[in-house]
Amino acid sequence: MFSNRMFNLLVPIISVLLGLIAGAIIMLSFGYNPIDGYIALWNGAFGSPYFFGETIRQVTPYILTGLAIAFAFKTGLFNIGAEGQVIVGWLAAVWIGTTVDAPMFIHLPLALIAAAVAGGLWGFIPGLLKAKLGVHEVIITIMMNYIALYVSNGIIRDVLTDSKDSTDTIKESAALSANWIMELTSYSRLHYGIIVALAAAVFMWFLLEKTTTGYELRSVGLNKHASEYAGMSVSKNIILAMVISGGFAGLAGAMEGLGTFGYMPTHSAFTNIGFDGIAVALLGGNNAFGVILAALLFGVLKIGALNMPTVAGVPSELVEIVIALIIFFVGSSYIIRWALLRLKKEGN
Amino acid sequence: MGFFEILQSIIPIALFYSAPLIFTALGGVFSERSGVINIGLEGLMVMGAFVGIVFNLTFADTLGKATPWVAIVVAMVVSALFSLIHAVAAISFRADQTVSGVAINFLALGLGLFLTKQWYGKGQTDMVSQPFYSTNIPVLSDIPILGPLFFERVYVTSYVAILFAVIAWYILYKTPFGLRLRSVGEHPMAADTNGINVYGMRYIAVMISGALGGLGGSVFALTIALNFSHATIVGQGFMSLAAVIFGKWHPLGAMGAALFFGFAQSLSIISSGIPFLADVPAIYLTIAPYVLTILALAGFIGRAEAPKANGIPYIKGSR
Repeated sequence: MFSNRMFNLLVPIISVLLGLIAGAIIMLSFGYNPIDGYIALWNGAFGSPYFFGETIRQVTPYILTGLAIAFAFKTGLFNIGAEGQVIVGWLAAVWIGTTVDAPMFIHLPLALIAAAVAGGLWGFIPGLLKAKLGVHEVIITIMMNYIALYVSNGIIRDVLTDSKDSTDTIKESAALSANWIMELTSYSRLHYGIIVALAAAVFMWFLLEKTTTGYELRSVGLNKHASEYAGMSVSKNIILAMVISGGFAGLAGAMEGLGTFGYMPTHSAFTNIGFDGIAVALLGGNNAFGVILAALLFGVLKIGALNMPTVAGVPSELVEIVIALIIFFVGSSYIIRWALLRLKKEGN
Repeated sequence: MGFFEILQSIIPIALFYSAPLIFTALGGVFSERSGVINIGLEGLMVMGAFVGIVFNLTFADTLGKATPWVAIVVAMVVSALFSLIHAVAAISFRADQTVSGVAINFLALGLGLFLTKQWYGKGQTDMVSQPFYSTNIPVLSDIPILGPLFFERVYVTSYVAILFAVIAWYILYKTPFGLRLRSVGEHPMAADTNGINVYGMRYIAVMISGALGGLGGSVFALTIALNFSHATIVGQGFMSLAAVIFGKWHPLGAMGAALFFGFAQSLSIISSGIPFLADVPAIYLTIAPYVLTILALAGFIGRAEAPKANGIPYIKGSR
């Protein structure tokens, strides 16, 4: 018999395979060569130092928003608001990055902390309303997304600049990007942020698995009433979970602001980094290590897809379908487990 | 501008923006009342918008004036079928309903954009030639005072939406079917014991939500957006979901919430023409609907309780 651990590993792997197979069938049915398509995808993600750098760059914010959503899930909360938290984090990081004058060892951490605090604050409001008034966190975080989008646009236009569509570039002392990395990867936009993202994943694992606070957070997620009865404060833990979750998402914004772009443009629509984080968290099984792998997969698919139209003639949107199907199969893990058990039985 | 003129400019725009949200939110009410969370409303709207636009572009020449009406019906049917994916995952495969809803959102957008690229060779479709137009509703627009306020330069679809809300209320609260649907969402085991087919009811409810979501998306596309691209449906489905919760999972409540969102949106659009609003910086009016929603939920709406079995797959025989 398969152990539970085996299942938890097998289900995502099988889901990814099924998703890719479905993608191949779609390519076939529209007259494309799926092998050419996937080779183009692979080369688009790993084929040159530039593509590899861009892939890792894309993975960086995905890890952080994936962690954000996974962290909230662990406490039984659905943080659709990662999107808004990314935006306020981005804004805060760039704000500090453009206005403060300080040596790098102060300036950069300060900008990162500002982003995490801004994101945390954006998570605090829905957390507080959920904990104290029982208002559904999903609806509040959706509203907070719009507020973040419009307020940050307003601040960029009216406070940080004089009616311009983008902020100034941040000062060198707050930048995550480094020349030697860019040169190494043929001038991709890869930056130090990946270290921040990996550290955040370790932090989440340690906090949840090795500390009393983490135990309480998980416990509230599993059973509110039992936790309350055991003397834990449910409302305190809900607020804490949303703040930390928002902090992760805020950092994802800092990755864009301090690393990839070095400035913040006004956004006419959402960045989708936060929404994609939902998929990353789900595929990663809401586990810190799983989130890293899932973010890697999504980064590869998203960046690799850009190579598909030119090389294989396949529209890059195909990848969105593949991602959707992967999520669908992960969600339907019950049926995969059932099929695996069936196969196992017949084999015996 | 007098008070009357202000109302006259606000009300049609508010109705115009509310209609897609009302349809979609009603869909959400059906699905969630039966115990299936539907985060996928956004994706269902995307599917509806895509089908509505593609159908309209393809058949505008043959069907003429009837095109938009046929298009929204086709969009309803296709989206209802599309929502079967969510239904199968959430009801039969016992998937986490949030997960499969998210999958629906990604899938609809991916499919829509892929096929748009495939069929039109570019990222967005052309503008439709047969959209809905605003009209003066005959007879009703001749009523003094009320006529000019509510029935001049309006879209018929807005009134269809309100009519649908009333019908949805009647179905859910006044018919045996509605009672069964709600019972399945509150206590599926009790319903099962009484001979109600829990799975069947949930399938029907999810497909109704697919049809209404598709209707909402296509109405949005054929009244407001007029083409399909990645930026056609951006968050309206989530706003509808918010309207479901804001309206406490009640059809008329959801309609009220959607009307409120539409009203708040119209304020920021026409504020420059209104004396006491013209001086308010645009940003405050833009975020007003969202801030007001939060305040309303935190303040006087009070604790909303979702249907008891919402989000829990029903497994026959388990306690």
